[in-house]
Amino acid sequence: MNIVVCVKQIPDPAAPQSFDPSNNLNRSGKLILDEADTYGVEMALQLVDKAGGGEVTVVSMGSASDVAGLRNALAMGASAAVIVSDDSLRGSDALTTAKVLASVIARAPFDLVLAATESSDGYTGTMPVQLAELLGLPSITFAKSVSVEGSTLHVSRQTEAGYDEVTAPLPALVTVTAGVVEPRYASFKGIMAAKSKPLEILSVADLALASPIGAPGAREEIISIEAAESRQSGEKYVDEGDGAEKVVAFLESLKVI
Amino acid sequence: MTVANLWVVLEPSGDSFTTTSLEVLSFARTLSDTVSAITWGEGSSLAPQAGDFGAGTLYDVGDLGGALPGVPVASAIASLVERVGAPDDILIPTSYDGRDIAARLSARLDRPVLSNVTGLRDDNGLVTEHPVFGGSLTVSARFTSEGPGIVLVRAKSFAAEASGGGPASVVAASPGDQGSSAGATIVNTHVEERTGPKLEEATVVVSGGRGLGSADSYVLIEELAKLLHGAAGASRAIVDAGWVPYSHQVGQTGKTVKPLVYIACGISGATQHMVGMKGSKNIVAINKDPDAPIFQIADLGIVGDVHKVLPALIDSLKGRS
Repeated sequence: MNIVVCVKQIPDPAAPQSFDPSNNLNRSGKLILDEADTYGVEMALQLVDKAGGGEVTVVSMGSASDVAGLRNALAMGASAAVIVSDDSLRGSDALTTAKVLASVIARAPFDLVLAATESSDGYTGTMPVQLAELLGLPSITFAKSVSVEGSTLHVSRQTEAGYDEVTAPLPALVTVTAGVVEPRYASFKGIMAAKSKPLEILSVADLALASPIGAPGAREEIISIEAAESRQSGEKYVDEGDGAEKVVAFLESLKVI
Repeated sequence: MTVANLWVVLEPSGDSFTTTSLEVLSFARTLSDTVSAITWGEGSSLAPQAGDFGAGTLYDVGDLGGALPGVPVASAIASLVERVGAPDDILIPTSYDGRDIAARLSARLDRPVLSNVTGLRDDNGLVTEHPVFGGSLTVSARFTSEGPGIVLVRAKSFAAEASGGGPASVVAASPGDQGSSAGATIVNTHVEERTGPKLEEATVVVSGGRGLGSADSYVLIEELAKLLHGAAGASRAIVDAGWVPYSHQVGQTGKTVKPLVYIACGISGATQHMVGMKGSKNIVAINKDPDAPIFQIADLGIVGDVHKVLPALIDSLKGRS
């Protein structure tokens, strides 16, 4: 069973975010593997293990100035990594990203594509299913659990009221929610092994892309960025055994109790 | 060029459309004289509600035979665009299925999606508003290509208001050829028992974060929520850690809530969380770190240990009932 996992290297989410002069998210600093993607990598490793063999390949698009995030996925156990990195891709929207990843994924046979429900920096949440449509695959989003029996995929999919059991024929695409599995930490052995695993860096010229890419391909533009209305803080007390009383009094004043 | 023709996706949920669907439809009719809607499944029996909230025509994709809606509904909309011509824009509520439909449609029509939209206006064409960086900035954007633009609108961006219109006229819109993308089928539905109100509709929301220390302590959040007839929420950190299901998550990647009172317990206030709850009318924060960002937006801040404050609060409320 061969599984492709879409991953993204993002700026540290704990660091303040900013825009660059062309109104793209500033990604000039250190890049890390999006934590949301570690669940997909772990899920893929477990599924391949259960199937009794196969390879996990991670694919990505973005700056390759720092590939520590991809090395991290390799250290967890993925067999190979591919990243499309090209200045002309700056300002690409989710659909263009899906087109780029589709052209990479279509190069080799696969059984399953996994992705996070959304990235932690751009969080549009549409790229995986755009990718599924471009690859002509069924998709099941918001998976809480994933298993494979023969050539059929079984997924528990999060819903408003609970969850649905959903099936689809393979090959297919699945997006996983955080917390579905416990991502493993890379072992020292894994980290050492990752150094010699294939990490391919492609440019746009290596791919057969029919449509415009980057900002012109996005066909959408930012027209203004303004400060949003801010909230003022109220009263703050240090709890000296009376914290609960203060909350009760506040709730009383609002007639909640 | 102004916005003259909008389509709105209306997601059926039992004997009503979802609240977010009705919010989007209500606002669409203030932007455009001609608003049509697309629905499926039991939605076709809701033509009176679609009309009441502003739709003239209700395109009905019909029974999906257990298929997940993404592929058949997007396929039907793409066929409609060919048959009756494209609207200026297609507005879709952000939900599990809404995102699938928007993404499928985007790839089928080769048109971009503007997502996480919380405001819309007509300024020589549709302008979308997006909160970014924890809601501290608002970005306005527009499509630069020919339509239809595809827009994913977040819950609680607009008020759902009936207009008193007569029933929408129902027109069949079959999915047509879905190709190899079809095949995702619901074989079983599980409804988790819920006591108390839904997270998005509760007057009081009590949320827990990493400061609870362990999954076991989440019972404090549930107990307090129950005593206040409210709903229990969570930060992304403890959802990612597997303490509580994703359906409890409040924030950028989870639900948007605007209750009368939001009580944040052991939540530091990451931008990702704040954007989902800063619209609450009143915010109470309990956190042992006096410098936690959550205090900057709290009307009442208690610097203290949730393991001391919450049990005392629960006892006090029990004593009153």
